[in-house]
Amino acid sequence: MPFADQTLLTMGLAIFLVPLLAFTVLIHFGSRLPKGGDWVAQAGIVTSAVLALTIFWNVIVGLYDPGWTWWSAEAGLSWNWIDLADLKLPVGLYLDNLSVIMLTMVTVVASCIFFFSAGYMHGDPKYPRFFAYLSYFCFAMLGLVLVDNLLFLFIFWELVGVGSYLLIGFFHEEEEPPRASLKAFMVNRVGDVLFLLGIIIAWQLVGTLNYPAMFEALAAGNFPDPASRAFSSLSNHQLLTLSGVLIFCGAISKSAQVPLHTWLPDAMAGPTPVSALIHAATMVAAGVFMVGRMYPWFTPEALMFVAGIGAVTALVGATMGLVSFDIKKVLAYSTMSQLGYMMLGLGVGGFVAGLFHLITHAFFKACLFLGSGSVIHAVHSQDMRDMGGLRKKMPRTYWTFLLATLALAGVPCFAGYYSKDQIVANALAWGLSHGAAHWVPFLFASVGAFLTTFYMFRLVFMTFHGAPQNAEKYAHAHESPALMTIPLMILAGFALLGGGTMNPLADVDHLWFNELVPAPASAAAAGLGLAVESAEDVAHHLHSAHYPALFTSLLAIVAGFLLARRMYLVKSTDPAAVTRRFGPLYGLVVNKYHFDDMYGDRGLVGGLKQVNGALAWFDRNIVDGVVNAVGLAGRFIAFVMGLFDKYVIDGLVNSMRTLTRLCSSIFRLAQTGNARDYLTWTLVGVLILAFWLA
Amino acid sequence: MSLLTLITFFPLLGVAVILFLPRESKEAARTVAAAATAIPLILATMLWVQFDSTTSAYQFVERLPWIASLGVEYHVGIDGLSMPLVWLTSLLLFLAVFASWKIETGVKGYMMLLCLLEVGINGVFCSLDLFQFYVFWEIMLLPMYFLIGIWGGKRREYAAIKFFLYTLAGSVLMLLGVVALYLAASPMTATPFSIPELSGMIASGALDGSNLPNGGVLFGWPFLKWIFVFFFIGFAIKVPVVPFHTWLPDAHVEAPTAISVVLAGILLKLGTYGILRFNIGMFPNTAPEFATIGAALGLIGIIYGACVAMAQTDFKRLVAYSSVSHMGYVLLGAAAFTTAGMNGAAMQMFTHGTSSALLFLIVGVAYDRAHHREIEGFGGLGSIAPVYLGITTIGMFAALGLPGMSGFVSEALTLFGAWQVYPVMTSLAVLGIVITAAFILWALQRVFLGPLNEKYTKENFADLSGRELFTMVPLAFLCILFGVMPSILLDVLGPTVDRLVALVGLA
Repeated sequence: MPFADQTLLTMGLAIFLVPLLAFTVLIHFGSRLPKGGDWVAQAGIVTSAVLALTIFWNVIVGLYDPGWTWWSAEAGLSWNWIDLADLKLPVGLYLDNLSVIMLTMVTVVASCIFFFSAGYMHGDPKYPRFFAYLSYFCFAMLGLVLVDNLLFLFIFWELVGVGSYLLIGFFHEEEEPPRASLKAFMVNRVGDVLFLLGIIIAWQLVGTLNYPAMFEALAAGNFPDPASRAFSSLSNHQLLTLSGVLIFCGAISKSAQVPLHTWLPDAMAGPTPVSALIHAATMVAAGVFMVGRMYPWFTPEALMFVAGIGAVTALVGATMGLVSFDIKKVLAYSTMSQLGYMMLGLGVGGFVAGLFHLITHAFFKACLFLGSGSVIHAVHSQDMRDMGGLRKKMPRTYWTFLLATLALAGVPCFAGYYSKDQIVANALAWGLSHGAAHWVPFLFASVGAFLTTFYMFRLVFMTFHGAPQNAEKYAHAHESPALMTIPLMILAGFALLGGGTMNPLADVDHLWFNELVPAPASAAAAGLGLAVESAEDVAHHLHSAHYPALFTSLLAIVAGFLLARRMYLVKSTDPAAVTRRFGPLYGLVVNKYHFDDMYGDRGLVGGLKQVNGALAWFDRNIVDGVVNAVGLAGRFIAFVMGLFDKYVIDGLVNSMRTLTRLCSSIFRLAQTGNARDYLTWTLVGVLILAFWLA
Repeated sequence: MSLLTLITFFPLLGVAVILFLPRESKEAARTVAAAATAIPLILATMLWVQFDSTTSAYQFVERLPWIASLGVEYHVGIDGLSMPLVWLTSLLLFLAVFASWKIETGVKGYMMLLCLLEVGINGVFCSLDLFQFYVFWEIMLLPMYFLIGIWGGKRREYAAIKFFLYTLAGSVLMLLGVVALYLAASPMTATPFSIPELSGMIASGALDGSNLPNGGVLFGWPFLKWIFVFFFIGFAIKVPVVPFHTWLPDAHVEAPTAISVVLAGILLKLGTYGILRFNIGMFPNTAPEFATIGAALGLIGIIYGACVAMAQTDFKRLVAYSSVSHMGYVLLGAAAFTTAGMNGAAMQMFTHGTSSALLFLIVGVAYDRAHHREIEGFGGLGSIAPVYLGITTIGMFAALGLPGMSGFVSEALTLFGAWQVYPVMTSLAVLGIVITAAFILWALQRVFLGPLNEKYTKENFADLSGRELFTMVPLAFLCILFGVMPSILLDVLGPTVDRLVALVGLA
């Protein structure tokens, strides 16, 4: 054990709380600090990076133990966040090799981006706030990696979403960014509520949400009696699959998988460093990380679902990358496609492959995005038709970009090769061992590899090679300052060396990542008593798949490169002719497979608005109408009662008065005041009495 | 004198002092009102500190005979359910005074009514005598009526009367229930209005109306079922539960900002408090019969409220309908009778109290400056009022239940608890979460983001003043505090909620 429990806890907490501190300082005092306070944010993330690297050095390099884990709960250091009779949620930190590698990746990439941003965002009126948001995002992202339970992962999961929301909409005075940020948040919200339902079901099944405890309980197979739980008609196996699929739905939106991918291209409305950090290297990869974390939870059916979604995404993303002229959108579609590869890898059983690709991809994709940022900074345009020939003006950007491109394409010796190749090999092994429809991931991955090389070299040729397309912009273009190019070089270095070896024929099993992050045993299979393929069988399939997969990939890469060269460098084939040739297909891809139309104002959202309008009408006219009608009825009854009161009751009273008046007016006649009259009437009275009595 | 009596009646001192102030001394009236509400807040904070959160028994109890011939008592006491609400009332009324600082007409009367309102509300939460409860319930209604009817907007009279009559209709049913309970209980006890005694007698089966004519059975329904329904409707109007909700948007739209704050922050909670205290706490045997209906009403409220909110063009009306949606969670969680669900419901009352109050303050700021509330009539305000945008962002994220904010904890607990019992309804309820996020962030976008509406400049739309910040920051802080450390609240609620769940469980 390289650290005492208390030390590890403190370091872990500091890693994500220091950026939070930087955020707090910047959001309150940023504009009053010298240099807009960028140094506060940089100091914060560098502190985190140093801490992460310290752990990395001691644990990964020092111990080199595949089974190393550290859980704060075991040291009695967790915090009872919620402590109800039927819902207990102790929170702590959980570290293993995977999370240490993630922490290191996130902090190193983020550090590069923080320095790059100081150059890129220089002179922006909201400069301090930009760094505040970046720091906030890092806090949430690092928290997501560190926590030991699914609900807190969900909490940080949504908090990174807020960071994404704030940063996509950073230029909120403009028309487009607020719209894009709203879209991003909403699409993610859809995935997230399904994720939450998945978590609820998981909790119902095993009664805890701390990863180690969950898997332990699941593997032990202590399920509640189906009759006593919700959805009693579903078997435990079905419910577990449902839970896995719902949990994965969170990753579908977060990691821009089909069909909830539509927010990612629009998210490019944010500043380019944001695209590099959030929408390429870290946040979007959180979905992959989550699936990796929850890997033992997934039933074979749920994993098949993951593989299917991943395969479709890998292909769909790559095709959309072919037709865009916006340099950032091409990279965004590429990210989507690569995330699809990772999911595909995880789904077909390539736990190591998918997660390894997450790490290597983070470095080279961040490098590509920052490189595109450097280009955009130079020519003030994102349209590749405004570029061309920039190689000579921006040599450092060009060379780093090219390195990262080679890594992305999966050219042997570069980092991407070692991870991507494993994914393809796993997909092939899956196809070989399961047959039939299980070939789809391999097929899609191979075609995707061809497309990836093609669209990346199309991008490189259009941007850096050939003749300048826009003479004026070219004339003003210049290489970016060292503040921006040094981060590029660092990231390119990782793109070159991230595989840990340069030997293209190195034994996959002995790559550093493969040795350190072994696939966990499936708790689902253990708990449900499912038969699993033996480790030997898996290894056998994988080995027999390795060379065919490698060969296919190489073929795809060479073909993609040659085609791109022919169309965009040598220009012996006119791209316009090709698009005409593939007319309807091209239209489908250019229209992004109509996903946006399906969701937009003429689709789902429009439908929702109509329903809302109808309900509001119902509320105003029917519900409130009844209330007002009751009120009116009350007033009408009151009015009728009033009439009754006035004419009947009051009439009675009044008629009494009239009667009295009448009587009095008659009797008044007698009141003459004349003594003779009175005497006369008295005499009459006496006479009447006398007669009557007689 | 117990702390509760002091908290409840202290604002009356303010009323008395303001009464004798000269008409033109507006500043003095405001200051006195601030002091008269500040003291209860301090006392209520002491109450929280001294509160024993290990027991579900009533605390700080004070019991004196009042109307001996009827057995009516002055009987106050609190448990984990009412204590946080007493504190919230004291806080919101204190903030309401500052949110009303700009009111220039009839300041004296306004501040007096505000103080009186606090007496009424805290009186309701502290009452352990049904008769006294009812008296405070009605006391609270009057100041509200005048505050909306006199200081409200254009259609204030319509709104005030609607509010008054609606609530009164509920109160009448409640009164019927109270009288019936009295008649049934008076032969058995000397204090037939005592809430703890009545609850005990009903739970033990001693009180079932069998001493009434026809054994208390009416139209085939037993006595207690009728009373349950009477109480429920009375409280449901207050919550408000769809379809009894249409008084709410009108009252909110016409009410001055501070009154909306109190209305959304506290008055609605009186309804759910009543449901938890009476419908569940007093009739645990009857409540399960109506649980599914209650959950369904909650679900309808969640989705219907959110959908209708999204269709609103008036900023304040939108926020008002969001309350209808959020209060639905209380019903859904409570109807599950699980610890998680009930805790979620009780916590949602508090968390919605802070977040909705904050939202109404936010809307009030826009109205103060622009003199209208049309969402489409704003646009891009964030670029001239960044602090306002910042606070609004916090308020809106709190309202949409963002994790890390208090609303998430209560809604998540509700869903966790409700799913066990109503999996389908709970799965549908998450639709409300999505729509809520949509209408809230959409409103945020239309009002604050995008290009600035030319009508507004830094001159005619100033950023938040110190006074406005003073009213909002505490609420924003609470939203975050209880989101990060929900146990502060859950520990207090715990034993009482456990007792409620156990009551129903035993039944």
